[in-house]
Amino acid sequence: MKRGHRRIETQLAVIGTGIAGFAASIFALKRGLDVAQFGHSGAMAYTTGYLDLLGVHGQRIRQDPWAALDELRRDEPQHPMSKLSNPTIRTAFDGFTDALCDMGIGYTKAGEQNLSGLLPNGVAKPTLSVPKTMLPGIAAREAGARTLVLDFDGLQGFSAKAFEVNFAERWPALKSARLTFPDMENRQVFPEVLARSLENRATQEALAGLIRPLLNGAEYVGVPAILGMHAPDEIRARMEHAIGATLFEIPTIPPAVPGIRLRECFERAFPDMGVKLEPQLKVSNVEFGRSGATLFLHGPMEDLEIEASAVLLATGRFLSGGLKSDQHRLSEPLLDLPILQPDGRQEWFRHEYLDPRGHPINRLGIEVDSAFRPVMPDGDPVNERLFAAGAILAHQDWVRQRSGAGLAIATAYAATEAAAAMLA
Amino acid sequence: MPARTYEADVLIIGGGATGSGVMRDLALRGITCLLIDRKDLNAGASGGNHGLLHSGGRYATADAETAAECRREGDILKWLAPECIDDCGGLFVAVEGDDEEFAGAFPEHCRVAGIPCEPLTAAEAREREPDLPEAIMAAYAVPDATIDPFRIVLENVGHAQRLNDSAYLPHTEIEEFEISDGEIRKAVCRDRRSGERVEIRARQFVNASGAWAEKVARLAGCRDVSLLYSKGTLLISNTRVTNGVVNRLRLPDDGDILVPGGTVSLLGTSSVTVEDPDGIAPTIPEVDRILAEGAAMLPVLNETRFVRAFSGVRPLLKAAGSETDGRKANRGFALFDHEDQGLVNFATVAGGKFTTFRLMAEKMGDLIARRLGSAEPCRTAREPLPSGEALRWTEPGAAARDWFRRADPADMILCECEMVARSAVDTIIADAPGAEDHMSLKAIALRSRIGKGACQGAFCSMRVTSYLYDRGVYDSPDGLRLMRDFVKERYKGVRPVLWGAQMPQAELAEILHCGLAGMDLATDADGGDAK
Ligand SMILES: Cc1cc2nc3c(=O)[nH]c(=O)nc-3n(C[C@H](O)[C@H](O)[C@H](O)COP(=O)(O)OP(=O)(O)OC[C@H]3O[C@@H](n4cnc5c(N)ncnc54)[C@H](O)[C@@H]3O)c2cc1C
Ligand SMILES: Cc1cc2nc3c(=O)[nH]c(=O)nc-3n(C[C@H](O)[C@H](O)[C@H](O)COP(=O)(O)OP(=O)(O)OC[C@H]3O[C@@H](n4cnc5c(N)ncnc54)[C@H](O)[C@@H]3O)c2cc1C
Repeated sequence: MKRGHRRIETQLAVIGTGIAGFAASIFALKRGLDVAQFGHSGAMAYTTGYLDLLGVHGQRIRQDPWAALDELRRDEPQHPMSKLSNPTIRTAFDGFTDALCDMGIGYTKAGEQNLSGLLPNGVAKPTLSVPKTMLPGIAAREAGARTLVLDFDGLQGFSAKAFEVNFAERWPALKSARLTFPDMENRQVFPEVLARSLENRATQEALAGLIRPLLNGAEYVGVPAILGMHAPDEIRARMEHAIGATLFEIPTIPPAVPGIRLRECFERAFPDMGVKLEPQLKVSNVEFGRSGATLFLHGPMEDLEIEASAVLLATGRFLSGGLKSDQHRLSEPLLDLPILQPDGRQEWFRHEYLDPRGHPINRLGIEVDSAFRPVMPDGDPVNERLFAAGAILAHQDWVRQRSGAGLAIATAYAATEAAAAMLA
Repeated sequence: MPARTYEADVLIIGGGATGSGVMRDLALRGITCLLIDRKDLNAGASGGNHGLLHSGGRYATADAETAAECRREGDILKWLAPECIDDCGGLFVAVEGDDEEFAGAFPEHCRVAGIPCEPLTAAEAREREPDLPEAIMAAYAVPDATIDPFRIVLENVGHAQRLNDSAYLPHTEIEEFEISDGEIRKAVCRDRRSGERVEIRARQFVNASGAWAEKVARLAGCRDVSLLYSKGTLLISNTRVTNGVVNRLRLPDDGDILVPGGTVSLLGTSSVTVEDPDGIAPTIPEVDRILAEGAAMLPVLNETRFVRAFSGVRPLLKAAGSETDGRKANRGFALFDHEDQGLVNFATVAGGKFTTFRLMAEKMGDLIARRLGSAEPCRTAREPLPSGEALRWTEPGAAARDWFRRADPADMILCECEMVARSAVDTIIADAPGAEDHMSLKAIALRSRIGKGACQGAFCSMRVTSYLYDRGVYDSPDGLRLMRDFVKERYKGVRPVLWGAQMPQAELAEILHCGLAGMDLATDADGGDAK
């Protein structure tokens, strides 16, 4: 069979299907731009579902992310988020969570304070917005409410017992129990499989029926994040009703349902919204011409050529393939963008894994100007039509700073605004 | 706090190849031993070596006596402990630029030491090891083999425990000896986890503490043990690179030997004299040098993915010229009866090789048995080493084979890289040496392949920890602290080989350990150490 060949024209080509890429497409659409987005499964299927903005600054957990951002601008002027004002970041964040709610995945609106998101081991993390299915757990912990946490036979890396034991001192009314998931006896079970089977009403009822007799006065019931893939809020409401207690989800180790949910929700909604989305294709080459760029993609059946007036690079870091390294140097494989870096790998990682200062390598990446255009070492933009956003940017350490989604959303917003201004 | 007390015929200090060998040797003579280690089994050189069961070829040129000793001992172990050994054979290969004279004299040196040595053409050598380069000057086949150092030490201890009341105590560090009238009355130790004082009375005291033997001898006032500490670093690849052992045929230098170990390979090793056997870790320049040297012999190593590096300290006996170059030191061993130091119930065995541990244990066993008035002869040169159910999880690939054979869908895989199932962890918790004590993630990892695969503990640390909570082995935030200690320790070996394909792994590991487990922000109250 002859290989197909397809040409697409678009104003903005977004490379990357992580949070930064999806956020960029959302913002570009709002600006009325014609958007095409490309990527392949990356880090997003791994996220907890929490949207962090800035949970740690100065090696301390921060309750108020907005005040912490003010300090960040002072202490780390090169940080990508330091280029943006709090109102801009808030606009971006709200724009993203509103879009998620519109697409059917309920998220809480960013407040003034961080929330204490629960984690699988019975620890908590500072985050700004959480899936609505996870909010009651945070409230239950704060109130020390009578709560039952459940896990399932054959589900790895999630121990309700560990959750109970590690929270015990400050949350004595927390109890744990183990269930066999309906029709999943004697085997290893994966969160994704459980979530898909809970799309089925009969399974919801069967599970609720197993939970009810265990309640023993509990007001809240926590389960690993498995409450369906497409309409978790509805499933949660229905099961709550059947159980007679407030139900909440707790993130699991990856691959985790909340990230897959986001991905599937974008993939479902975007085509109707007008984004030309190719969620399983890598861009293999980009060539810049005078009036735009040509992107080359090679699908299993056809070759794609995209003519774009502007390009937004949101390809993430090593895990997603946005950065690479050999024994001595880091590189950006798609465009070979310059990376300011020390000589040799001696200084990439600190000697202590958990050094509170974080590893220098995590702050290496793509340098951008105030319009989020990658720059040459002399500070000039690599190309007027090229923008970058998300984890690939230099001078941030989103893992340690607890700012993954916030960084991706805020910089995607700023980069899209700059691209729109250039295209206008 | 009152001290815990123990009594045994013999206290053995040091849970490496030598100490565990002495334990089994004495138990076979009906003598009851208590083995202690300040950390855990194989915490020293026995857990930080190449795993090469030397044919003797490596020493044939410089030290015929050690070479012959290796050959004899290698044959005995292949015969009596086949479960722990992969008799894969080995090659000595000289490549372009290597010393022709040295290479040419090799067969004669082997003959003198009694080591079978078969000359091969370049084509024959490449047939055995297709990754060898075209430009081979000389190649010889020798009966090198590999030994699983974890398995054999666990088996030694396991067998001794089954033979009589011999027992093993981890995390017990000797701090002081109480001596009167030319005899040690008791050993005063510290439980390194609880801080408890532990007192051990015995009739005989054996110092088998490897690179620490000089320090331990000094605790008993003996000044006759004098060691040189030679640090060696090794790189572990993600897959097995060669079929058998490949040695560079030249004077020993960095990056000379590639040794398979089940499904992985180990490349090494450097030799750097250090002041202190404690606190060593592999460095980036060492790793780069070993790799560059190794790639001259096997260019494929430039494309090989390495998952970890580690270092060990060779306990070498001081000899002329050895102060500056550890490779010149004597690879033989010595037995110190310390009688000229005024003690009649203390002895030290030091130096040697992993390959010769049995012989070292035999000599020590003979001395101790004689002192205790036992006429029982050594039996370790004749008695096969039985293998214990709980002890077969250390070999790369073994857990996977077992899991596929049993095909039990309910037996969950906790470590996906190395296919370690719950059932394996269950047997370790139930029966492996040290199980009487508290089993932690680290202790289980030592007795299996957990944390040793490509992900280097990113996922399995969390899965196993969850499982240990489920089983009630952990019942407090301590379990989180132990997980944290484990990944911090693992990282030391991971850091020097972080590039290429390991970078995404490292990134994911940090996201999980910090983002999902909050290890970077943990305080004492929630399972970390306070800042
Ligand atoms: C385990 C885990 C847990 C997390 N938990 C949280 C959390 O609790 N809270 C939080 O706020 N954030 C969390 N995050 C972070 C978050 O999901 C994002 O990783 C982060 O925000 C960075 O987003 P990004 O879009 O810049 O990059 P990524 O998410 O890394 O996305 C990059 C994308 O680019 C694509 N790509 C790369 N090269 C090409 C190419 N040549 N052509 C086409 N596409 C390409 C990749 O396939 C991928 O889709 C977590 C991440 C992980 C991995
Ligand atoms: C890099 C390297 C590669 C090597 N490769 C090979 C090889 O391929 N083949 C080979 O045959 N040999 C090899 N060797 C040599 C071999 O590993 C050692 O000779 C052998 O393991 C020594 O065993 P041991 O039991 O005497 O000492 P160790 O294994 O060091 O045991 C000593 C134990 O004593 C304990 N201890 C120390 N102080 C105290 C105390 N105060 N109280 C209680 N316990 C204490 C330690 O924790 C340690 O576990 C290699 C060595 C190195 C370093």
